Amino acid sequence: MTTHPAPEGLDAHLVVERGSFRLDVTLTAAPGDVVALLGPNGAGKTTALRALAGLAPLTDGRLRLDGTDLARTPPESRPVGVVFQDYLLFPHLTALDNVAFGPRCRGAGRSEARTRAAAWLERMGLAEYTGAKPKRLSGGQAQRVALARALATDPRLLLLDEPLAALDARTRLEVRAQLRRHLADFEAVAVLVTHDPLDAMVLADRLVVVEHGRVVQEGAPADIARHPRTEYIAQLVGLNLYRGRADGHTVRLDAGPEVSTTENLSGPAFVAFPPGAVTLYRDRPTGSSARNLWRCEVAGLESHGDQIRVELTGDLSLAADLTAVAVAELGLHPGSAVWAAVKATQTHAYPA
Amino acid sequence: MIRSARRLAALVLLASLGLGACSASDGDDGSSGGTVTVFAAASLKESFTELGERFEEEHPGIEVTFNFNGSDSLAAGIVGGAPADVFAAASPSTMARVTDEKLTADAPVTFARNRLAIATAPGNPHGIGSLEDLATPGLKVVLCDATVPCGAAARKALAAAGTDVTPASYEQDVKSALTKVRLGEADAAVVYRTDVRAAGDTVEGVDFPEAAQAVNDYPIARLENAPDAPAADAFVAFVTSPEGRKVLGKAGFLAP
Amino acid sequence: MTSTAQDTLGKARRPRAPGRGVPLALLAPALIGLAFLLVPLLALVVRAPWSDLPEQLTSPAVWDALRLSLVCATTATALSLVVGVPLAWLLARTDFPGRSLVRALVTLPLVLPPVVGGVALLLALGRNGVVGRWLDEWFGVTLPFTTAGVVLAETFVALPFLVISVEGTLRAADPRFEEAAATLGASRFTAFRRVTLPLIAPGVAAGAVLAWARALGEFGATITFAGNFPGRTQTMPLAVYLALQNDPAAAIALSLVLLAVSVAVLAGLRDRWTRAV
Repeated sequence: MTTHPAPEGLDAHLVVERGSFRLDVTLTAAPGDVVALLGPNGAGKTTALRALAGLAPLTDGRLRLDGTDLARTPPESRPVGVVFQDYLLFPHLTALDNVAFGPRCRGAGRSEARTRAAAWLERMGLAEYTGAKPKRLSGGQAQRVALARALATDPRLLLLDEPLAALDARTRLEVRAQLRRHLADFEAVAVLVTHDPLDAMVLADRLVVVEHGRVVQEGAPADIARHPRTEYIAQLVGLNLYRGRADGHTVRLDAGPEVSTTENLSGPAFVAFPPGAVTLYRDRPTGSSARNLWRCEVAGLESHGDQIRVELTGDLSLAADLTAVAVAELGLHPGSAVWAAVKATQTHAYPA
Repeated sequence: MIRSARRLAALVLLASLGLGACSASDGDDGSSGGTVTVFAAASLKESFTELGERFEEEHPGIEVTFNFNGSDSLAAGIVGGAPADVFAAASPSTMARVTDEKLTADAPVTFARNRLAIATAPGNPHGIGSLEDLATPGLKVVLCDATVPCGAAARKALAAAGTDVTPASYEQDVKSALTKVRLGEADAAVVYRTDVRAAGDTVEGVDFPEAAQAVNDYPIARLENAPDAPAADAFVAFVTSPEGRKVLGKAGFLAP
Repeated sequence: MTSTAQDTLGKARRPRAPGRGVPLALLAPALIGLAFLLVPLLALVVRAPWSDLPEQLTSPAVWDALRLSLVCATTATALSLVVGVPLAWLLARTDFPGRSLVRALVTLPLVLPPVVGGVALLLALGRNGVVGRWLDEWFGVTLPFTTAGVVLAETFVALPFLVISVEGTLRAADPRFEEAAATLGASRFTAFRRVTLPLIAPGVAAGAVLAWARALGEFGATITFAGNFPGRTQTMPLAVYLALQNDPAAAIALSLVLLAVSVAVLAGLRDRWTRAV
């Protein structure tokens, strides 16, 4: 966790208490950084965003942006732009007037605000939609208008709440790529909230994973994908994750069995391996080189992309990805007894 | 056409009266007992309430219930079929609406007369002494609307005095006119002497000679459809008896 | 009354899926309700003294009363909008101690008999009233028996309708639009003026129509507070009431005029709005 106060950029310690829920999150970012707050529903991501925008009051903590204390500043006086989850474009105003709204409120004259708004819309590739009311815009277009509206006030902090959640799968792909470009161009701090690991990894330079109001892991997307530290992240990145105690090339898992690994570690450690690395056998394999072999029972089957994910219980609970052909050949159904094997070279151990 | 319109209006009015008179039937306890429902002009409220109590004392078993309202509303109600036994009106013209429909048992009798008076604030701060004084500029005067008896009478009196008064308001009934003086909103109102008396210390009454030209006769009659005709007749007789006169006189009414 | 009738007509115009009949359990009470509202109005029309009508309608007193009614109801509606919309916003969007109590107090004139409302106004704003005394003393302003008094009496009874209606619309409107406006630099007032108000405009209009209709029919508070003087404080309902005393035919004629004018105005306004929305 980087705690050194940045003279420029965001330096925040957000504490918000509401009923029995407590958010306690530290966030720092330099200008140009794109930080993704990733976490399950109810983790407090949106609360953190609202606290940054000034829409939810801080119970405690600090909030500095480019060295200025904003903790007591009302939302309308913060140099913060927000793209809301469902955009919240003003339905009675045209796209142009939606974007011009911010500059107008911040003191620009009517024609100056409109000129700036038109420039932003053009930059978003929406020049021909300036006169359109929000309900005439497609999801992707509305998203870009919302982004233009947030950027038109020249914010020093851009907040995006689930920026792609309201889009269908196809539009999403396209808009994600555009958004990535616009965020890359943005010279101040951007913080986005998402529960989608793909969005987070594509759009952000750094992930902050929040669970139950606390930061559980933080770092570069690739690092987090390789070294998940909680069950939630492991599931997000599609890994079987176990905690245990390492002793050389063996990790004794808290769950019971031992796992052989290639890394040489000692002390508390995590072991992770992808479901695709698991091989299943109906009978105990004799010639297998795999050192990690567990007796399991099939708990459930579901399709997962072009593969079938098999949920297993037994010596160890794990997920295995098999082809449909393999499932058929093995004759798997819930309750089937199987042997699961994973090669040591396919596992990955790292200190906890 | 007009007549049916009138019936309709009567029904509308009846609904607005809430049929307050219907509530008396549960006290019916047999031979000597009975209920007399009296529709009486609003200006009779104090005196008739007292008369009712005395009557009940002298006629054990008979219960008297009252419906006090503007005479016109009451007449409209009776014409529309409201269950009244006795009607006491504040003017012959309102009684005429009931007799025109042949709804009374006998010809109405005048049982009291009422004179107009000027009501002012206690102490008469504007020194009003006559009808002419009501024309003083800046003085806020309220009169009854010409459609109600006290308004018609006031108009007659003003004509007799040869005075033209522009009031602040034509009130819908005499009590509203009096209320405006009691609340201090109006400096003077032309009302009945009985109202001035009933208001006690809260207003001061000023008599004026032209009132003699606009004396209101109060007729009373038993209605033909009264279920307990003897009891209703007894009440009418009681009102016109010397004892009844005394109560009415005390309230400020003149003898007929 | 009128708007209910129009709702029914409006729905009948909408195309309906074939074979989807209205269940009798809903239709029967609905028709009874409609009949209950319409039959008395119909009776007024049927029993109207049509032969006397021209004579009644050419009387300048009728037109004075009608003009006064329209002017006062419209002014009262405008006044209700000016103070009622902000009051509704306060109730819907802010949290202060005793808010639910204030809300209940705002609706109190709805249950208060209007005549009592008139007396209350006299006690407050009359020449000797709690506030009226100072108005008279400092500015020489007295409100009873004036047209301004009529407007105030009508506003007193109409304002709760507007506040309730607008507050309901505000509660239904998404408050996050105001938050979005705030993040764009809008003060709460700017957000209200440029975002919230346009969004709730249809609800405000509906509330204004309700208030206007209530003000137009106002009788008790008006006659008690403002008295009755032709051309100054005698509105149509007062004229109707007094005519009813000794000339019911005239009263019915006046009522028909009032009904016709309000149906024309309400139907006209409603059509315009339904097209605009």
